[in-house]
Amino acid sequence: MAETHGHEAHGHDAHAHHEEGWFTKYFFSTDHKMIAKQYLFTGMLLGAVGAYFAYVFRMQMAFPNKPVPGYGLVTGADYNSLVTNHGAIMIFWVAMPVLIAAFGNFLIPLMVGCDDMVFPRINRLSYQIFLLSAIVLAASFFVQGGGFGGAWTAYPPLSAKAEYSLTPLGPTLWLAAVALEFVAFLLGGINFVTTAMNSRAPGMKAFDIPMAVWMIVIASILFMCSVGPLVAGAVMLMFDQQVGTGFFDPDRGGDPVLWQHLFWFFGHPEVYVVLLPALGFVAEIITVFSRKRLFAYKTVLYTTIGTGVLSFFVWAHHQFIAGIDPRMANVFSVTTVLISIPIAEMMFVYIATMFGGSISFSVPMLWALAFIVEFLLGGVTGIFLGASGADIYFHDTYFVVAHFHYTFFPIAIIGTYAGLTYWFPKMFGRHMNEAVNKVHFWVTITSFNGIFLPLFILGSAGDHRRIFDYSNFPELSQPWMQDMRVFATVCLLIMLAAQPLFLVNFFYSMFKGKKAEANPWNANTLEWQCPSPPPHGNFSPLPEVYRGPYEYSAEGRDQDFWPQNSPT
Amino acid sequence: MAETNTIRARPVKGPPIIQSEVFAMIIFVFADVMFFAGFISAYALVGARAPVGWWPPPGDPALPVAAAGGATVALLLSGAAVFYAGWAARSSLANAVRPLGVALALAVGFLGYQVFEFVRLLGVGFTLQSSAHGGFFYTMVGAHGLHAMSAVAVLAWAMRLVAAGTLSPGAFGAVRLYWYFVVLLWPAIYLTVYL
Repeated sequence: MAETHGHEAHGHDAHAHHEEGWFTKYFFSTDHKMIAKQYLFTGMLLGAVGAYFAYVFRMQMAFPNKPVPGYGLVTGADYNSLVTNHGAIMIFWVAMPVLIAAFGNFLIPLMVGCDDMVFPRINRLSYQIFLLSAIVLAASFFVQGGGFGGAWTAYPPLSAKAEYSLTPLGPTLWLAAVALEFVAFLLGGINFVTTAMNSRAPGMKAFDIPMAVWMIVIASILFMCSVGPLVAGAVMLMFDQQVGTGFFDPDRGGDPVLWQHLFWFFGHPEVYVVLLPALGFVAEIITVFSRKRLFAYKTVLYTTIGTGVLSFFVWAHHQFIAGIDPRMANVFSVTTVLISIPIAEMMFVYIATMFGGSISFSVPMLWALAFIVEFLLGGVTGIFLGASGADIYFHDTYFVVAHFHYTFFPIAIIGTYAGLTYWFPKMFGRHMNEAVNKVHFWVTITSFNGIFLPLFILGSAGDHRRIFDYSNFPELSQPWMQDMRVFATVCLLIMLAAQPLFLVNFFYSMFKGKKAEANPWNANTLEWQCPSPPPHGNFSPLPEVYRGPYEYSAEGRDQDFWPQNSPT
Repeated sequence: MAETNTIRARPVKGPPIIQSEVFAMIIFVFADVMFFAGFISAYALVGARAPVGWWPPPGDPALPVAAAGGATVALLLSGAAVFYAGWAARSSLANAVRPLGVALALAVGFLGYQVFEFVRLLGVGFTLQSSAHGGFFYTMVGAHGLHAMSAVAVLAWAMRLVAAGTLSPGAFGAVRLYWYFVVLLWPAIYLTVYL
């Protein structure tokens, strides 16, 4: 998207002096909906890059040392860089911008019933810094020695010394990109929280706020509480790389494990930062397509806050084999397993919401249900890793890889597809083709399980991650293990081949789809009470709110929905 | 840029509990507090892991506790001056100009002292690279110094608008809050690094 903007901007410079020139409208807009789309398309483009990286290194794993079509021969350094940047891109440049920034920008002003963010120009700056961070990241692939290959966790000394990383500028540019990305989300998050706090429609009390807004706001707060120490660590690591300080160098009184603490103090809450928006979307979708009130609204809200607080006390479960005190490991095992209570509670609440409802299996509902099933698998396998004894065996095996993909894929991919298929009519004023989306859904979900279920088995057999070529490890390259790797890779190819179904449908429907009415799903929340797509300024007149967001199938009404802004 | 086309979310049903600018600054300051908490806990962790008697490393020069203490007092006084400015502005914004000027002068004095101290310590061979201790000293004190510089720039901008009488109460509140953050952060760093 970045480059498209740049090129087209040149061609349209002549129009820039108009009130709504192309460049002004699509690049310098302060409209929250346009900024949401900028984030969305940038995130989708980077998602394609991340998927391409996964394709290349999975091909290397299945068919070692054969040229990969569309890439060529994968060297060890290439492999490390691809794995590192796949992880970093998918979390920082896909999950964050799409789930929080794109949906947060689009939904918050519409769902709380106001005309824009409180600080529209800070919002615009947020996207511009984000775009810059993506460009810096892209630049890091092309410096001498190639991109950074020290894993997305960037542990020193591998990330701190050019002698080890073999790329003098790669790690620094990578860190700079991550830091810029954090600045962008800090600015965005300030807007989200302030807007939800101060600009709600008259009558909208705290418990009338739709769950999606609550979740994005709480996620933003979690992000802002956790990101500071990592930025401090990033400054120290960058100094170690480029200035020659010794923060993480034991020879000069530093401590390499210090980075792990700073990183994971951010890194674990970050999981919840991206999880919560997805949970919020699922809450909206499940209530609408079950025609039922959200079961235990306040419980969900307090549970979410509790999860957020607890997520700050679990970080060291990533470091059980890093030489931390075993007594501390016990404490972190307990806190880690405790966090499964609120998450399980949320799963039960969603199931209880559906219970007895009149469920329609529309495409968004299918994605929402798939989210619950797949995320449950991810959560349950996390218990094995949270127990410090079991983790000593499982640490850094493919079990871990399968586990966090069973959490992050539902969050970043399923959550995004759920949100996109649900809010597409509102975003673009048109409908997508249901049949094509259903085919896309079933192929994607089936192949996703085909990729990662075998990795649980491989990981239980001791298959170590971050190995570029298994042929040097006879016990890890037995025929059955290699067969499983090939199976997983073939499933990945199927999944990637299915994505154009969605993308073609998405871009075709944006211009040629069936026109959508204002409220195609008969939903209650405010964003469905303005035209599709919403005009500049969203509502006219601005709405007033009379009730909570989930009054479905209320007794004594002809309609089974009851919009928040309807006086009677 | 079509600024005329920029719409702001309107505050509805009377004034909000906390003005948006102040609220945004509270969030920003909180994130920044966590940034420095990261440094302070990193410093404590590395110090705790060092062998007894090796933190700070014996070869490093003694830090000027008393002189830096004097600078600390100057910075705290500047915080008091900004507090007084906010109080004086209640009756008339023009009353705030002079205390803001005093605060600016004190903060510039603080920054000047710090430059002097950095030059002196660098002169005796205490550098970013000389040890992890040196790295922490310059990074933490320097990070606070950069915050202080930005606070001085923002306060100078605010003073100009106060003199012109055009600064909105929300923006003034946000600027003062940032100043208090920079002022109150310093004792925490002073206690960690110097003592």
